[in-house]
Amino acid sequence: MAVIIEKDTKILIQGFTGKMGTFHAEEMIKYGSNVVGGVTPGKGGQKHLDRPVFNTVKDAVKHTGATASILFVPPAFAADSAMEAADAGIKTCVAIVDGIPSHDMIRIKRYMRRYSRNEKMTLVGPNCAGIISPGKSMLGIMPGHIYKEGRVGIISRSGTLGYEAAEQMKNLGIGISTSVGIGGDPINGSSFRDIIEKFETDDETDAILMIGEIGGPQEVAAGEFAKENMKKPVIGYIAGLTAPKGRVMGHAGAIVSAYGESAIEKVEILKECGVTISKNPSVMGDTVKSVLEKI
Amino acid sequence: MDIHEYQAKEILQSFGVTIPRGGIVYSPETAENKAREIGGSKWVVKAQIHSGARGKAGGVIVCNSPLEVAQATDKLLGKKLVTNQTGPEGKIVNRIYIEEATDIEKELYLGLVFDRASESIMVVASTEGGMSVEEIAKEKPDSIIRSKIEVAVGIQSFQARELAFGLGIEPELIRRASETIMGCAKAFSELDATMVEVNPLVISKQKQILALDCKMSFDNNEMFRRDKVSELRDKTQEDEKEVYASDRGLNYVSLEGNIGNIINGAGLAMASMDMIKLAGGEPANFLDVGGGATPEKIVKAFRLITMDKKVKVILVNIFAGINRCDWVAEGIVQALEKIEIKVPLVIRLAGTNVEKGNKILRDSKLNYIEANTLEDAANKAVAALK
Repeated sequence: MAVIIEKDTKILIQGFTGKMGTFHAEEMIKYGSNVVGGVTPGKGGQKHLDRPVFNTVKDAVKHTGATASILFVPPAFAADSAMEAADAGIKTCVAIVDGIPSHDMIRIKRYMRRYSRNEKMTLVGPNCAGIISPGKSMLGIMPGHIYKEGRVGIISRSGTLGYEAAEQMKNLGIGISTSVGIGGDPINGSSFRDIIEKFETDDETDAILMIGEIGGPQEVAAGEFAKENMKKPVIGYIAGLTAPKGRVMGHAGAIVSAYGESAIEKVEILKECGVTISKNPSVMGDTVKSVLEKI
Repeated sequence: MDIHEYQAKEILQSFGVTIPRGGIVYSPETAENKAREIGGSKWVVKAQIHSGARGKAGGVIVCNSPLEVAQATDKLLGKKLVTNQTGPEGKIVNRIYIEEATDIEKELYLGLVFDRASESIMVVASTEGGMSVEEIAKEKPDSIIRSKIEVAVGIQSFQARELAFGLGIEPELIRRASETIMGCAKAFSELDATMVEVNPLVISKQKQILALDCKMSFDNNEMFRRDKVSELRDKTQEDEKEVYASDRGLNYVSLEGNIGNIINGAGLAMASMDMIKLAGGEPANFLDVGGGATPEKIVKAFRLITMDKKVKVILVNIFAGINRCDWVAEGIVQALEKIEIKVPLVIRLAGTNVEKGNKILRDSKLNYIEANTLEDAANKAVAALK
């Protein structure tokens, strides 16, 4: 059983009939994801890509039994859509959109506290590539064919750097159980620690590659969790060695503002936590390979 | 987005924070009149640039007559001020803020930030005002008190009171101090700020609580719903190339090196810069054209990079997923029909249809160096410098 999504996980597209929603829904369907319909307020009752459109997520869940959703709505409406998904009983929601205000992200996370641990939705993103369990399902915008099926879990802030790792691994014959893009924003739905914990209990994953970057405390928190609680090996790479302090490097969250947030400091702390560090981004695959050979 | 001190003061004043009397001027003549209008016998002339540590850089001048105010304004206007936060090129002074001088009895520190670990708004206060918060954390860590604001309900009076008592403020001023703290917190929440800093927050000899210097920053992602805040942007305080980039939807940061970069995705861009450094080079910039790397964005990116005179080599590194390398390659070829490149160009494509993409580049008239891996690209870019 894969982490987070299964082969038959029923998926809704929020913002289904828009340009982005349509394009990526088609890609997901081609990959084999079980897209059961979508939501566009005001277009309920129509058909789109041969699938039903609903006015509300609640209606969609009621008629399709969907448990996962992916958001293709503009930043201004994304917080509302994520909360709507949580309230309708969606279990996994991926927010692709870049540009959600940080204040809104905090509001979403506070809103989700009204649900018990078992009922709480897993929010992944925003500003991320989404989730893929190769050969099973894709709930994201990544190029599915670069991911070979296998037993390494990937967690990455960056989309394209995650693709780079997947391709390096594929070229070395290493496959992936699930790859999760957690996104480049300062406040995100799921942290490295949240996902690494899921991988530790996943019987289809043998090792985890964590691709982090400068800014924020999450990579270090995951490293400390791994040191205390994990048996599976963790491989890490941190981007942003050359990033100047106090500047935002593309991702809203990629800014060094406190001790422990620079690439050098994160690498040192992760090493102390027993994480094997990929010394440069060109050898992420090789580093994973060398760790797998020791298992 | 950062704003000027005087703009932050005006905002905080509207939330009930007291500030010294003052006004903004753009010429020495108006400065003299403004000083008379403000009244009193002592003024502070403050250069308005987007940086702290202006005092140490000579950007704050105390004056004893309106004539001196005019002279100080004349001295500062149009000058580039270099502080430890501006970088060596400094920032231009186009606006001067004139303020009545304050008789300071005590200087405090008050700051509000997004705390990423607890995902909430954190109020940080200290009795050691006047120093930077980094200095306070290093030299007087015990003086720092913190209070976490629950965003769903906002700051509560008791929290402001606890902070005020924690700062050792005398009982008759507690109410005013609490109102000041709450005003800052409300401004933070209601305007979607990412940082509010009042340093120093002073108690004057006349027992007033005054915000003497203020800084505010805002999340660029929030500008769509904050027209009044977005109007406060002052592009003269930003790097010219960075303004060009942000107006065109590119993520760009100007750096000191000479290898220009065009990359899709922020993480891959940082990783490529790291590879350049490891190969013995220095990146001239960070540039993320977005995951999709559309031909329009690539044209804009080349225009931007060629504006930078220190660039001696250009490195293009695109990982094409759904957008395919052949499509990206066509975009690059089209872009370079419009823009002339006078320095060596290294191109590395990866991902979907990489062979097709490379063939399109090889068959074009482009003069470039082909690279395969991240490492290969960085090595070739550094080698091309020689």
